[in-house]
Amino acid sequence: MSKTEKKRILTEDRLREFLREMLLIRRFEEKVEERFRAGELPGFLHVAIGQEAVAVGVCAAMADGDVFGSTHRAHGHTLARGTHPNAVMAELYGKMEGCSHGYGGSMHLYDVERGNLGANAVVGGGIPAMVGAGLAFSMRDEPRVAIAFFGDGATNTGTFHESLNLAQLWKTRTVFVCENNTWAESTPGWQHSPVWDDMSKRAVAFDMHSIKVNGQDVEEVFEKATEALEIARSGVGPVFLDVETFRMHGHYIGDPQVYRAKEDRDEAAERDPIVRLREILQVTSEEWAALEAEVKEIVDVSVEFAKNGTDPQPEDALKNIYA
Amino acid sequence: MKTMSYREAVRDAIAESMRASDEVFIMGEDIAEMGGSMGVTQGLLDEFGATRVRNTPISEMAIVGAGIGAAMQGMRPIVEIMYEDFITLSLEQIVNQAAKHRFMSGGQLKVPMVIRTQGGAGWSPGAQHAQQLEAWLVHVPGLKVVFPSTPADVRGLLWSSIYDDNPVVFFEHRLLYPIKDEVPEKLEPIPLGKARVIREGTDVTVIATGPLVHRALKAAEEAEADGISVEVVDPRTLQPLDEDGLVESVKKTNRCVVAHEAVTRMGFGAEVVAVLQEKAFDYLDAPIQRVGAKFAPLAFAPAMEQFVVPGPQDVLDAIRKTVAKA
Repeated sequence: MSKTEKKRILTEDRLREFLREMLLIRRFEEKVEERFRAGELPGFLHVAIGQEAVAVGVCAAMADGDVFGSTHRAHGHTLARGTHPNAVMAELYGKMEGCSHGYGGSMHLYDVERGNLGANAVVGGGIPAMVGAGLAFSMRDEPRVAIAFFGDGATNTGTFHESLNLAQLWKTRTVFVCENNTWAESTPGWQHSPVWDDMSKRAVAFDMHSIKVNGQDVEEVFEKATEALEIARSGVGPVFLDVETFRMHGHYIGDPQVYRAKEDRDEAAERDPIVRLREILQVTSEEWAALEAEVKEIVDVSVEFAKNGTDPQPEDALKNIYA
Repeated sequence: MKTMSYREAVRDAIAESMRASDEVFIMGEDIAEMGGSMGVTQGLLDEFGATRVRNTPISEMAIVGAGIGAAMQGMRPIVEIMYEDFITLSLEQIVNQAAKHRFMSGGQLKVPMVIRTQGGAGWSPGAQHAQQLEAWLVHVPGLKVVFPSTPADVRGLLWSSIYDDNPVVFFEHRLLYPIKDEVPEKLEPIPLGKARVIREGTDVTVIATGPLVHRALKAAEEAEADGISVEVVDPRTLQPLDEDGLVESVKKTNRCVVAHEAVTRMGFGAEVVAVLQEKAFDYLDAPIQRVGAKFAPLAFAPAMEQFVVPGPQDVLDAIRKTVAKA
């Protein structure tokens, strides 16, 4: 399919909105890297630079009432689903205004009002809950879908296999979004999976409908995710989205990537989804500068908001343990 | 009052809650047509249908995890893990997920689900079908842990666990299923976190769980013949623990034995002892005695199994020790 044909799927305005969202996520995460290196952010963090089109495309395809579970690389999913950058940044600073009120941090971003049922720091750990949420929707015959985000590394966990089996068996309203960036932390796909270059074979084993997606093309992600969500929403069964994407940075902020060849990094950089869409839309340098300025303002404001946020009291650590 | 077996009482609490609320459903291995490997869920499929009584694949991680997701979306799932030993397969989901979603979300989520399981020695199942692992679960903030010993308690406590808004790990014991006793005519919920004095006495308190409650009652009868008056207290809920209820009894008797079928070392009883020395030290007239399994996996041969697992005589010996040391 040529680029011009694709433009018929979405209006140019919508694509420009996608570009803005992707750029916001990119600049937000770059700022997070910067502030982390400056020693302002506790804990440790993982950015998804290079994978913004997956977050934006899938989240844009979701409907009100849909829910999702994310991974340790969750900033993009959370922002793309509409959580305010201030709330995300405040969480990274450990403030009560954060989207998890300081209890979660980067790896546990929640925003239940917007369907974010939590970013999960155990690889594969969040997948089965999306089967259960999809089961609840099926049992009550609600036209809602539960989306599980995970990476290629998670496809080697027991929870992944048990979850796909159960979801397909029970036809739960679930979409599995496999973001295959070909790296499980520092371990390349060819070292961790016999089907690392074709994850849809995982779905085949469970007789599950799968759709291949170029994760660097936000329009295609949106289109295929919309198709997947429609199928799952109809109740005929879950769908596996086999998304090929690229992690442009390391596993965590500060990862020297000694395990990774320069060619591999270069290839990831060449597949930058933002550069790609900017070229397709033929954004002028003036337009681009305006967009950059707009996004920078939002990110800078979020940092100021977070820094001026409220620190929890130490004894707040004993709250929210039981309902 | 009417009479019910422990097994019937569990089934009754499940059925009553399913009649009362559409959001309650049960899933687990072999629970539908077969009625569960312990026969607990017999008849539920006929009454409630396959949508709410769900046979699952042998996938302990996924069925607990699916319960978590359904619970987060407003259901009240009951997940049956066939044997307590198999709960180890789902521990990641229980410990990292169910117990922590509310906390990590800063109070945005709740996970109202019950994970029912059963275990227990005394029938030579070997080392992988009889462990008592409650101490593993009481150590995890965010979980509630219940271990009833009588038909009336299991019925009222299971109801309350199903309607609790937190993940509850609910331990049943294989040898208790056939035990019959009086239960209220109509199901009466029993609040979590309340101990019960099963037998009143004045000389020594035995704090016992599960089958050890019954073994303690036997020991108490024998002790009575020796002129020792034994009080038996069942915490029933291990987390939250009714510390005041236990302390109150020990303040009265001044002597204490803690007894469970799980391995003594690092067991639930060790925590009870710690609580008592913190809150009732000045009332104790003798060191607290512990009764539990010896530190060994459970052997198959009955002679070895019986040697490892505590019986009424072990409780009686411990009672006599506390009195002799007074």
